[in-house]
Amino acid sequence: MKTLSKTGWLTFAVMLALAILPPVFFLTGNAFYLDLATRLVILGIAAVGLNLILGYGGLVSFGHAAFIGLGAYAVGIPSYHATWGGFDMVASYNGLFHIALAVGISALFALVTGAISLRTKGVYFIMITMAFGQMAFFLFQSLNVYNGDDGLTIDVRSELPFINLDKPLHLYLLSYVSLVVAMIVVKTIVNSRFGMVIKGAKGNNERMITLGYNTYIYRLTAYVISGAMCGYAGFLLGNFTTFISPDMMHWTRSGELMFMIILGGVSTVLGPVLGSSTFILLEEVLSSLTIYWHLPFGLMLIILVLFIRGGLMGLLIRKGR
Amino acid sequence: MDYTLLFIQTLNGVQLGLLLFLVASGLTLVFGILDFVNLAHGSIYMFGAFICASLTYYLGNFLWAVLVALPLTGLVGYFLERIVARHLYDKDHLDQVLATFGLILVLDTSAHLIWGPEGISVPLPAWLDGQVEIFAGAVIPTFRLLIIGTGLVVAGGLYWLVNFTRLGMLIRAGASNRTMVSALGIDISTLFALVFALGAMLAGLAGMLISPITEASIGMGGQIIITAFVVIIIGGIGSMKGAFVAAILIGLIDTLGRSFLDDIFQLFMSEAAAETSAPAVSAMMIYILMAIVLAFKPLGLFPPKVR
Repeated sequence: MKTLSKTGWLTFAVMLALAILPPVFFLTGNAFYLDLATRLVILGIAAVGLNLILGYGGLVSFGHAAFIGLGAYAVGIPSYHATWGGFDMVASYNGLFHIALAVGISALFALVTGAISLRTKGVYFIMITMAFGQMAFFLFQSLNVYNGDDGLTIDVRSELPFINLDKPLHLYLLSYVSLVVAMIVVKTIVNSRFGMVIKGAKGNNERMITLGYNTYIYRLTAYVISGAMCGYAGFLLGNFTTFISPDMMHWTRSGELMFMIILGGVSTVLGPVLGSSTFILLEEVLSSLTIYWHLPFGLMLIILVLFIRGGLMGLLIRKGR
Repeated sequence: MDYTLLFIQTLNGVQLGLLLFLVASGLTLVFGILDFVNLAHGSIYMFGAFICASLTYYLGNFLWAVLVALPLTGLVGYFLERIVARHLYDKDHLDQVLATFGLILVLDTSAHLIWGPEGISVPLPAWLDGQVEIFAGAVIPTFRLLIIGTGLVVAGGLYWLVNFTRLGMLIRAGASNRTMVSALGIDISTLFALVFALGAMLAGLAGMLISPITEASIGMGGQIIITAFVVIIIGGIGSMKGAFVAAILIGLIDTLGRSFLDDIFQLFMSEAAAETSAPAVSAMMIYILMAIVLAFKPLGLFPPKVR
C-alpha cells in the first residue's frame, strides 16, 4: 500500500471526522449539529468548485454566488410550478431533472459570462465576474412571479430515487458523498494534462500560448466546470434551506466563498473544505456571542491576509514538518 | 414624450453621476498610483455621512458640519492607510480584496456600535430646503443644484490639482511608474498617505452630500462601492478623465433607464411584458454596459498609457 503524505493523512482525518461525527450527533439527539455540518459540506462543494479556477487557475472570480443561486432556483422554480401550476415545461418535483437543470443552467451561464470575462485579466476580471453576479442578483430580485426580493419558499423538496431529502440524514450523506466526489474530480482534473495547462497559464499565460496552447479555451472549460459544480451545490443548498432568495447571489456571498478558500488554503484539495468548515463554525460561535460579531470576524480576515501565508493548510502542514 | 420630465431626470442623472465621480475619483487615484483595490472605500463614504450627520446636530448647521467633517474624514483615511492599507500594497489583488472586505465588516460594525442600527436623517437649512423653478413646470430641489454645483467645482479642482500642481505631477508620475518616482528622491510613503487621505475626503464628501436626501445608514457604503468600481473599470483604472466620463454616463443611464425604459419597451412589446421586464433590465443596465465595454475594450474606455 502506498504510504500517505502528511496532506493525505490530514485529508483522510478531516473527511473521516465529517463522515462520522455529524451523523453521531444527529443520532444522539443533537440535530442542530447535523444542520451545521450539512451547511458547511454544501458550501465546501461550492468552495472546492471555485478553487479549481481561483486556486489552480489563478482566475479570481468574484461572482460565483450567482451559480449557487441559479442552482437553488433550479429547484425552487420547477417545484413552485409543480405546486401552483403554470410553466408546464419545467414544472416538476423530479430531483434528477432539478440536478440536470441546476448544472445545465449554471454551465450555460458560466459559458456565456466566462467567454466575455476571460477576455480581461487581473482586477478587470475580478470586477466583470462580480458584475455578472450582480446581474443575476438583480434579475431574480425583479422577478415578481417568484416574490422577487422576499424570496421563494420550497414547499416540496426534490424527489430522488432511493433518497428522501426530507430526512436530514439522507440529505447530509448525499452532500457528503457529493463533496468527496467533487474533491476527487478536482484532484483528477488538476493532475491531468488539462490541469497542467491551467496551472501553467496561471504561472505565465504568454508562455503557454507560445507553447501552442489555446489557454482561452482551457480556461473557459475550467470556468464552466467550476460554475457547474457551484450550481450543483446550489441544488443541495436549496433543498437544505427550503427557502431561496436573491440574497444568495449578492456579491458579499461571493466574497465569503472566496474567503473560505483563502482561509483554508488556495490550490489544495482539502483547503476549501477546511475553510468552509472553519468559516461556518466561527460564524456560528461568534454570532451566538454578540450581535457585533462582524467586528472580530473582519479583524481576523485582515490578520489572516497580513500574517498567514497559505491559510490553514499552510499553517497545519508547516507545523507538522 | 414629456420633455420637462426628461430635463428633470437628466439633471438627476448628472447629479448621481457627479456623486459617483466623487467616490470613484478617490478609488481610481488610489488604484492608479498604489495598485491597491480598496473595497472599504465605500465605508469611508458612509463614515463621512455619519460624521456629518452628528456634527449637523452638534453645530446646528449642515454647511458648517460639512466643513468640519471633511478634514475629519481625511484623517480617518490617513489612519486607515497607516494602520492597514500600507501593509497590503505589495500583496496581490486577491489578498487586497479579502483584507478590505474584512475592513468593511470592521468599519460597518464600528459605525453600528457608535451610531446604533438606525439611519440618521440630516436636516437642511431652510434656504437649501426649498425648490427652484428653472422654467415653466421644471421644478427641482435647491439642494440638488448645490450637489451638482459642488460636484462640478470639485471635478474642476481635481483637474487643476492633477494637471497643474506639483502634487499632481507626482501623482501622475506615480501612476505611470512609482519605482522611478521614489528613485528620484520623492518621499513616496508620505505621497501615498496624502493620496489616500485625499481619496477618503472625496468619498466622505459624497456621503455628506447624499445624507440629507437618503439619510446616513449602515449599508450605504456597500451599495455605492460596487457602482463606483463599475465606473472606474469602464473609465479605465487610474484615469481621472475616464472616471468622470464613465460616472456621468452611468449616472445618466441608470436614472433615465429607471424612468423611461418601460416607455421604450412598450414601443415593441405589450404593456404587461414591458412593466415586468423594464425594472429588471434597468437594474442590470450599468452591469450590461460594463460587460459590453469590457468585451470590446478589455482595459476600459481610457486605459492608462504606460505601466
